[in-house]
Amino acid sequence: MAVILLAEINDGELAIDSTAKAVSASMNLGEITVLATGTNCAAAAAQAATINGVSRVLCAEDVIYGKRMAEPVADLIVSLAGGYEHIVAPATADAKNIMPRVAAMLDSMIISEATAVIDSNTFERPIYAGNAIQTVKSDDDKKIITIRTSTFAAAGTGEAAQVEKIAAVADPRLSSWVEDKVAANDRPELTSAGVVVSGGRGVGSEEDFTLIETLADKLGAAVGASRAAVDSGYAPNDWQVGQTGKVVAPDLYVAIGISGAIQHLAGMKDSKIIVAINKDEEAPIFQVADYGLVADLFEAVPELVSKL
Amino acid sequence: MKVLVPVKRVIDYNVKVRVKADGSGVDLANVKMSMNPFDEIAVEQAIRLKEAGQADEIIVVSIGVKQSQETLRTALAMGADRAILVVAADDVHSDIEPLTVAKILKAIIDQEQPGLVLCGKQAIDNDMNATGQMLSALLGWSQATFASEVEIFGDKAKVTREVDGGLQTIEVNMPTVITVDLRLNEPRYASLPNIMKAKRKPLDEKTASDYGVNATPRLEILKTIEPEARAAGVKVSSIDELLEKLKEAGAV
Repeated sequence: MAVILLAEINDGELAIDSTAKAVSASMNLGEITVLATGTNCAAAAAQAATINGVSRVLCAEDVIYGKRMAEPVADLIVSLAGGYEHIVAPATADAKNIMPRVAAMLDSMIISEATAVIDSNTFERPIYAGNAIQTVKSDDDKKIITIRTSTFAAAGTGEAAQVEKIAAVADPRLSSWVEDKVAANDRPELTSAGVVVSGGRGVGSEEDFTLIETLADKLGAAVGASRAAVDSGYAPNDWQVGQTGKVVAPDLYVAIGISGAIQHLAGMKDSKIIVAINKDEEAPIFQVADYGLVADLFEAVPELVSKL
Repeated sequence: MKVLVPVKRVIDYNVKVRVKADGSGVDLANVKMSMNPFDEIAVEQAIRLKEAGQADEIIVVSIGVKQSQETLRTALAMGADRAILVVAADDVHSDIEPLTVAKILKAIIDQEQPGLVLCGKQAIDNDMNATGQMLSALLGWSQATFASEVEIFGDKAKVTREVDGGLQTIEVNMPTVITVDLRLNEPRYASLPNIMKAKRKPLDEKTASDYGVNATPRLEILKTIEPEARAAGVKVSSIDELLEKLKEAGAV
């Protein structure tokens, strides 16, 4: 029994947190081979090789893998699939794009966003925006699994495993990359941040969202937003926390002006400590908050910033 | 160009989900059901393409229980031209897996030859986020997932995608499968005259076996439970008290 695990690498940089979490989720499934892809990914491959539990790393460097388009990366994984029973990746936007394609090519079902690995065939996964947890047993010869990283601890690092260069497979030439619009900031990445400060519709405007950002910067936190705030145009979609956005589980989650719709709770209720500031004392967010403060956020947040 | 849009009947997004105490699943009997919200966005996008003269016919397909024809009628009332219902289950509690759905859709596409498939990025019941990608793989087509902007010109489509760090724009060969994200558009409501008109639009009824697809699930559902509830916390009365609590907990 062996596992091939697609490392999360963007523009040559390894997202070690999500990759190491997928490694720890796969620890009991068999010997783990990590697959690194990119135009240049030797450095990322070498770093992935240091994750404890990784027994070797395959490094496929080619310009066709540069932006990890689904079609060529899926073809590459399928070409390697013969030797592996489990094909795993952290459930990032890229993996969610690629892995179901791999599954269908191998005539297998996908097991999306697994939150627990019971045995080599049996997994838990959330459904209905996390309102129910399903235990599923796969009958497929090959199990294709994305891992919800927020529920696993990252594997540590140590002695490096061996890295092996592999050749690219033919480009199906179905799609091409045009451009990325990535917001540049120095804040930690949302899904791996230790502290997340999120704003909701209560923040009221894009301008006032700077209040949330100021508090986040004071706490060294990532910034999140509810779907309502994103839909209202106060915050960009890649900040969205919830069923339709990102799932986070930081040590501290501060929800400001967020009512706590089911779809938002699905994305943050596994956080260790939840703080809610909302002027509506009936807001459902208070049912999951460890510490709730009923207050006007425009007074409370500046006060909090000044006292930190 | 024909556009094909698969739509799924799911629990209405406003309904509180109740997990059955015996672990057998989520209670869907006598619960309000609606079109999967992401699929509504896909239907809307297809209609906008038709209004812009880029599509001639919109075919909506639903695969599931017989009651899914209500969902198809909704899509027809919004502006789709005709519908195909594939009955693949009798019990409203049985969910058809994305792989099976993709295989049936492929068979329909082989017959209908659409130039574009628009589908929701995920269904809000099983949260799989898989059907579009799987269908694209089976067809050997290109794919563009999580779309927030779609432009079609000739044999290419330019699609802006919602990805982890922000937005990514790609170009894909047509025919293609595009899965749509929330911000692509705001779906219209069907007007009463259009709801009446939709009743006369064609709706073909088929079964999974008509397409030679074995609908046996690959994932056996052993149990479905409610997630652990968080213990209720405390209300604090001031920022000072909040900071004190956070310091006690070692959080700041």
